[in-house]
Amino acid sequence: MAQPFDFFGGFKLTLKHIVRPRVTNSYPKVKRPKQPRQHGRHVLNRYEDGMEKCIGCELCAGVCPVNCIYVRGLDNPPDHPVSPGERYGYVYEINYLRCIHCDLCVEACPTQAITESKMFEFSFTNRADAIYTKAELVVDDQGFPQRLPWEDWRDGEAEMTGGWMRATSPAGDASFEGVVQWTADLGVGVRAPEAGQSQNRDDDATGSKQIRNVFARHLNPVDVPLDQRGLQGLMKNAREKLPRRQRGEK
Amino acid sequence: MNQLLASSDPLFAHGVNGVVLLIVLVKVLVGFGALMGSVVIMIWFERKAISDMQSRIGPQRWGPFGLLQTLADGLKLIGKEDLVPAEADRFVFKLAPYLVLIPALITFALIPIGGTLHIAGHAVMLQVANPPMGILLMLAMSGVSVYGVMLAGWSSGSKYPLLSSVRASAQMISYEAALGMTIVTIILATGSLSTHNIVTAQGGGIWHWNIIRLGVIPFVVFLIAITAELNRPPFDVVEAESELVGGFHTEYSSFRFAVFFLAEFMNTITMSAIIVTLFLGGPAGWIPNVAHLKWVFPIIWFVLKTTGFAFAYVWFRAALPRFRYDQLMDLGWKRLIPLSLGWMLVVAGFLIAPAWGFLMAAAVFMAWTLLTRAFTLGQSREVGSEAVLPVVGERPIPGRTIRKFTDGES
Repeated sequence: MAQPFDFFGGFKLTLKHIVRPRVTNSYPKVKRPKQPRQHGRHVLNRYEDGMEKCIGCELCAGVCPVNCIYVRGLDNPPDHPVSPGERYGYVYEINYLRCIHCDLCVEACPTQAITESKMFEFSFTNRADAIYTKAELVVDDQGFPQRLPWEDWRDGEAEMTGGWMRATSPAGDASFEGVVQWTADLGVGVRAPEAGQSQNRDDDATGSKQIRNVFARHLNPVDVPLDQRGLQGLMKNAREKLPRRQRGEK
Repeated sequence: MNQLLASSDPLFAHGVNGVVLLIVLVKVLVGFGALMGSVVIMIWFERKAISDMQSRIGPQRWGPFGLLQTLADGLKLIGKEDLVPAEADRFVFKLAPYLVLIPALITFALIPIGGTLHIAGHAVMLQVANPPMGILLMLAMSGVSVYGVMLAGWSSGSKYPLLSSVRASAQMISYEAALGMTIVTIILATGSLSTHNIVTAQGGGIWHWNIIRLGVIPFVVFLIAITAELNRPPFDVVEAESELVGGFHTEYSSFRFAVFFLAEFMNTITMSAIIVTLFLGGPAGWIPNVAHLKWVFPIIWFVLKTTGFAFAYVWFRAALPRFRYDQLMDLGWKRLIPLSLGWMLVVAGFLIAPAWGFLMAAAVFMAWTLLTRAFTLGQSREVGSEAVLPVVGERPIPGRTIRKFTDGES
């Protein structure tokens, strides 16, 4: 049954939208936090003594579905070994015009030598740059990935790149609640456990946030999480935003 | 001649000399500059407001808050290749944008944006020109701008612009009738055609504004009709992107395209200003007692009211879906024209004597009943097969030939 003022519903709605918060942020200036399991460009990790983890076994190259990895192993020189094992990765190249970031190489690696950083914002301008060689892929002495000129690194994005987790890890399973499933990371150390389904989450440490909380202001009233409704929710949001405001972020 | 000039503008009371000419020149330049500046701001305002209403951010890169976005767009357009289609009528194609632009400029000249100043013994009205037939000139100019749109569509030598220009002329003609009728109502109440007199007649307080003095109906009719005249949503069938590519300016590019859009936004501002002039007392409003600055406040009031209507247009665009073409014609011919005509008769009756007014109201009521009955009958009319017109001419490629190509046999 049409109400007499239904005609003005569109006017009311558009006016309401003026004060609603925007989902968009001005991207190159402001970036959204990346998810902890983001698949970006690869890094080749080192042990704490500076030895490379790669043993040149070519399992990654074998498992790669798009043949973008090229590896050649070589026997370690006895007087100055590169890796602790028998052999080391002598040539290691990844062609990023082919890579689909499926992470199967990371799964296959027996020594956790190859992991993925969260860097996906790299735009090379010629084909030679698209092929990352070992010199570019291997991490520095502190365990952080190298920053190439055509990659857009920001503060904090280089952290947590060496950690590794099984793709089928049981995060979210109640019995693994609060258990760290990441391997240790040379640069940053052990990560916080991934957030499960309970409310015992450490979002700042894991870098993740429940999507329902992020978009709470855009949901239908019934779908808004209980702790974000009404005045209480407003206070909570303000308290969460305060430290970010003080750091001068948006 | 001098008397005629002086009767409409006190600036010419002591004849025309160098100083007077200089003042006129300055008025023209300031008016032109103000209009151009406000167009730039209007385009920014529209884009910002509509993006706010759609939960977007809108222009933000050029200048503070994206204010220079319009300039950037203009520069980009001018830098583009200027195309004239091979099928186009070249002279008319090049002429058409200016036929839209110049009426837009002339109409703005008629609008009083403030009171009267006294500079060096000359009374200067804050209005570029005040011809005695002012409001008629506005109607004439909006008629001329239809030619611009129509010729642009026709001379492009392309079918979508042609469809668009046919729609434009039909739409503008049907809504101009309602527009003219409401203007007649105002002229009846004011007793003058000049915009200056229409504004001064609404001087004494908010109860004398035409929106209240004439009842709200003429205002509503005028607002709807003028939105249709502007081809703005929800009446933008002329530029219906989903049906007509871009409308009459599909084939235009570069500077000429920019001119069309300049004129469109100029018209939006001008028509907002016209509504303010005709219905909301123009620059009338509360003036605080500040020495030497009293002349500023009418301008501020005028700008505020005009901005309100400019916002309303943006709001319409955000809130309302486009009319179907037949709905648009229905609204124009079956609703607005009878409504404005009836209201004009009632107002005219009450201007003579209350008895005449009630008589007119009764007559209008009867006519309204008749019309409603007629429309109902018309809608339930059944159409036989004889009403479908026979096919005229042949298809460009005869069916036989097509079948030969597609089926591979003769």
